[in-house]
Amino acid sequence: MEENSRVIRSFKTQVGDWVFVIICVLISLMCILPMINLLARSLSGTDYLVRHEVYLWPKGWNIDAYKTVLTDMKYIRAFIWTVVLTIMCTLLSLVMTTICAYPLIFENLRGRGVINIVITITMFFSAGTIPNYLLMKSLNLLDNPLVLMVPYCLSVYNMIIMRSFFYGIPDSLRESAEIDGASYFRILISIYLPLSKPVLATLALFYAVGRWNGYSDALMYMKDKNYYPLQLLLYNILNNINSVEVATQEGFSAPGLKDSLKSAIVMFSTIPILCIYPSLQKYFIHGVTLGAVKE
Amino acid sequence: MARDKVVVKPPKHKIDRAYIKRYWQLYALLLIPMIYFFVFKYIPMQYVLIAFKKYSIVQKVWEMPWAKNHGMEYFIKAFSNRDFMNSLRNTIVLNLLDLVIGFPIPIIFALILNELRFKRFKKSVQTIAYMPHFLSWVIIYGLALQLFTPTDGLINMAITAFGGDPIPFLNDGKHWVGTYIGLGIWQSFGWNSIIYLAAIAGISPELYEAASVDGAGRFQKMWYVTLPGIKPTIVVLLIMALGNVIGSNFDRPFALQNNLVMEYAEVISTYVYKVGIKGLQFSLTTAVGLFQSVVNVFFLLGANWLSRRMGERGIW
Repeated sequence: MEENSRVIRSFKTQVGDWVFVIICVLISLMCILPMINLLARSLSGTDYLVRHEVYLWPKGWNIDAYKTVLTDMKYIRAFIWTVVLTIMCTLLSLVMTTICAYPLIFENLRGRGVINIVITITMFFSAGTIPNYLLMKSLNLLDNPLVLMVPYCLSVYNMIIMRSFFYGIPDSLRESAEIDGASYFRILISIYLPLSKPVLATLALFYAVGRWNGYSDALMYMKDKNYYPLQLLLYNILNNINSVEVATQEGFSAPGLKDSLKSAIVMFSTIPILCIYPSLQKYFIHGVTLGAVKE
Repeated sequence: MARDKVVVKPPKHKIDRAYIKRYWQLYALLLIPMIYFFVFKYIPMQYVLIAFKKYSIVQKVWEMPWAKNHGMEYFIKAFSNRDFMNSLRNTIVLNLLDLVIGFPIPIIFALILNELRFKRFKKSVQTIAYMPHFLSWVIIYGLALQLFTPTDGLINMAITAFGGDPIPFLNDGKHWVGTYIGLGIWQSFGWNSIIYLAAIAGISPELYEAASVDGAGRFQKMWYVTLPGIKPTIVVLLIMALGNVIGSNFDRPFALQNNLVMEYAEVISTYVYKVGIKGLQFSLTTAVGLFQSVVNVFFLLGANWLSRRMGERGIW
């Protein structure tokens, strides 16, 4: 069928096909050119940057900016801390999401309706920024590294995605295990989790990206610079907060060098995610679609 | 949706030893998430009272004295405060612009992708279009600086090379609004198209074949088959977006704003951060936050009601 229709496609249709291809190429360029410009800047010589001659290809090959980033303990430390934080948050969130979603698929569970309502309310009404801040204060979480992990470790939206996925697993599997005398905990571990790798991968990506990219919680709750995640550090650098530090302590007085340094730091904090997401494309597309089909 | 099937519900179990023996593990699993919701979502709700009280750092919430004017002092203050009214206006305007300009673009993009006949190429375009969604707003701000600064931004360099005048994309209020909306679309159009692509994939191929037999061309098929096929998805997402008109995200405006454009860039969330957490005016900003949350709930309930009214599935 496909082959036949290709043969009889008229000239007009074929021209149309190519028009769409060209549109898509332009859209793709729009998405990646900024990144390429950034890469070019981070690898360019300072003279060329000062004279505004760098467009999409590095001029005067120069990797000093990367050398600086990779030898400065401030960045390395923030990078390692953010990696550790992201891994720990993702694991914690996956556990929390699973233990919240799994019991709720049992229709016979008494109190399930009430629990669903309690959870749904939090999706629509939040106390607000200041009450949350006062809560962190009263829990002694301000300036405590735990504040970057615990308060947002369970997203109701992600829990719903996981629950929808669990609903898709045939009841018969569960029932036959029940007949064999397996406990519900056992069924979760040996039937549901092994079958849920796609949704676990998707949610791991969502949580990890959220943590890696998030900075507002650190901005509000964390004063201790040692625990700044990479994005907050980057925000301060881009806005020249502590620019004196950047300029004098590291010997960056030339404006061009500062520019390439900023580009290198942005690259440095983006690359991990850009390397990971394409391989998970199949999964997250499925995850987004599951999130849309609610009960 | 899968729950809609008509089933005769098994009679509810009595809570007896057998029930507990069978189900206790599920309750044990639920215990931790329930504590989480209680501590991090419900306990902060008591602090909402601060909106009606005079905040004091040494007293418990219920010991603080009520605010003047039957506790409404801080609401009155907020609504006569020029900065707050400005941020309220900006929140609504920016969200509406996002909606009007940003909403149709993922749909159009999904329609374009659907026309691509080369599967490999289509997949690559998708991968590239999803990329901006994975960038943080701080990084996007970094990119925007590289592209848009008047003297050495890529785009302004190109404009001056062709003899034009540089455009103050980030430093002039009105241009900033355009940049804000544009960057929002850039970041999300690919990601938001996923759901429409899934909806398009669900349209029966027979409909397209029938349309071909009737002599429909490419655009007629788009208009008469694809669009009606994804209409329910469009309606639900549109209504959800309408429900969020007063909601505000923090990361995006905060990362993109700068001192030159505050008149247009300050939104409620960033106002609350600056006046509340930085300026320590807790009562005033709690009142502002409460106002926002309550209006938001009404918008969401209204949106859901509208969605059901129009014969579509509700949002919940």
